[in-house]
Amino acid sequence: MDIFYPIKIFADWLTYDVLGLAPKKILAEAVNFFLYDTIKIFLLLSVIIFVVSVIRSFLPPEKIRRFLSRKNIYLGNLLAALLGIITPFCTCSAIPLFLGFIEAGVPMGITFSFLTASPMINEVALVLLLGMFGWEIALLYIASGLTIAILSGIFIGKLKAEKLVEKFVFNGKIKNFQSDIEMKWKDRIAYARKYTADIIKKVWLYILLGIGLGAWIHGYVPADFLAQYTSADKWYAVPLAVLIGIPLYSNAAGVIPLVGVLAEKGIAMGTTLAFMMAVTGLSLPEFLILKKVMKTKLILIFASVVGAGIIFTGCLFNLILK
Amino acid sequence: MTIQVLGSGCPTCKKLFELTKQAVKELTLKETKVEYLTDIQKIVEMGMMSSPVLVIDGKPVLAGFLPDKEKIKEIIKKSA
Repeated sequence: MDIFYPIKIFADWLTYDVLGLAPKKILAEAVNFFLYDTIKIFLLLSVIIFVVSVIRSFLPPEKIRRFLSRKNIYLGNLLAALLGIITPFCTCSAIPLFLGFIEAGVPMGITFSFLTASPMINEVALVLLLGMFGWEIALLYIASGLTIAILSGIFIGKLKAEKLVEKFVFNGKIKNFQSDIEMKWKDRIAYARKYTADIIKKVWLYILLGIGLGAWIHGYVPADFLAQYTSADKWYAVPLAVLIGIPLYSNAAGVIPLVGVLAEKGIAMGTTLAFMMAVTGLSLPEFLILKKVMKTKLILIFASVVGAGIIFTGCLFNLILK
Repeated sequence: MTIQVLGSGCPTCKKLFELTKQAVKELTLKETKVEYLTDIQKIVEMGMMSSPVLVIDGKPVLAGFLPDKEKIKEIIKKSA
């Protein structure tokens, strides 16, 4: 049973009864699509971000670091990537996070697994995937994101790239490891409410624009229209999607609903997923800020390894998901 | 009492600084200094990894998000 069925009924009621649009007309279909998607996405956003924030309040980065500094490689990479899922990535915190990990003795490779997974698998992207494509695709996205994060981290760890990190990073001394700030349930709920409201405030306009444009395309552009330009058998479809995705980070929330509709019009699923991963996982502002602590060469290696992983995954899914 | 806001210079950090100043003013605390520092190394040394961090008399009391003013007041009163 479709758990979104009640929203469908509500959207139908709004479109055909309240607005009085005649069914089966293009305008009515577009309006119906817009209302349904908007209500569904915002409900999902509120619920999922709230739940994730509560879980997160139990796992602040300081605690995650204590886990990771004691783990060996491979298992450490896996844990780092998993913990990256629930940690939000904000360019504000990129530097203290990186310094904090390295100075506490978390190996480079494990730190990079975390740095890859944290922005790529974020709750907004997950909600949008869940809403537009269903849970199978959302799970597939998590699994491939994890794999890319783990393998990239292991690869960078093997490179012995310590000399590509600015020297002062290794000079620092951490005085205090037990710095957990006590939180009561009341604080956790308040934090989660505030965080959810902040995220929605930040993304609602992009999402509305994305869904709006998507609804228009849904109604007025014929199905399979795009397939002739970006079909899965063109070898450059996936790399091109990744390149376009890199500068779009700040608009991820609006890009994703739009991409959902493009997929419906004929873009292959592998290309779509690769594009989404590039939008969230390869972010220009993040790279620029990381320049403060590492050499450009290391940032380029990091971006190429993750980029190659995304392209490979995209091509693989285009082959499998036919 | 010395209250410090440590941050990377991002908008959230500045907002926390503004809110903390207001909170101190409204509580009419005497001999209380509120400082804003953007030394990331200092955040790391304290063992914290997210910004901004609210520090009262050298002890981190809040990290990684922006609370509302009432919450800041509550924290300051508790630490006083």
